[in-house]
Amino acid sequence: MSKVKKFLYVNRKAPYGTIYAQEALEVVLIGAAFDQDVSLAFLDDGVFQLTKGQDTKEAGLKNFSPTFRALGDYEVTKLYVEQESLDERGLTLDDLQDIQYEDEDDDYAEKPSIIVVSRAGMADVMADQDVVLSF
Amino acid sequence: MSTLHTVNKSPFQNQTLISCLGHTKAGDSVLLIEDGVYGAMSGNAMSEVVAGMGANVKLFVLGPDVAARGIDAARVAEGFSQVDYEGFVDMAASCDRVQNWL
Repeated sequence: MSKVKKFLYVNRKAPYGTIYAQEALEVVLIGAAFDQDVSLAFLDDGVFQLTKGQDTKEAGLKNFSPTFRALGDYEVTKLYVEQESLDERGLTLDDLQDIQYEDEDDDYAEKPSIIVVSRAGMADVMADQDVVLSF
Repeated sequence: MSTLHTVNKSPFQNQTLISCLGHTKAGDSVLLIEDGVYGAMSGNAMSEVVAGMGANVKLFVLGPDVAARGIDAARVAEGFSQVDYEGFVDMAASCDRVQNWL
């Protein structure tokens, strides 16, 4: 098998105004089948994708936000969220969904998937990738 | 180890260019393409911000997209180098990764 590559999916758009966020999630789920080292980044309006309490019934849209909580089952366990982007939008970690994964190397202990990083930390994450895909 | 960042939106439309410049590492290259080329113009409300935030990176603008929009070469800010499509390909081939800012 060829070398495992580090893939980063960058999310910078709010969830329902455009199709980008939903398409990104589709691509992540498809890509998860290829056993690569996958991370997601949420910055700028992308942090709005992770807020809890999304209710799309009356708007007639598909609520894809629960899918983020299923990513752990696909071994997608690193969701980097930028602190400055949260701050600028008046959000805290409490406003986001509680997203966890089961660590199979640690007796399936539940661990948080969201990793909050600074803007400089996000730049480091981006510079550490083999492939960066933007949405 | 360096990244080629491309930006294809005008800085007067949204924050994409600012966000890009805020996530670069020293020595990276930033190439403005399509409507992104408006971010390379001098003498406007964004010029100083772009020059300041872009001080640690190499700034490029895609010549054919500048010409298409009727931007005179004299209006392209100091610090930006113009590249053609061939140069774009060379840059993409010689960096470690390409990150497209949409």
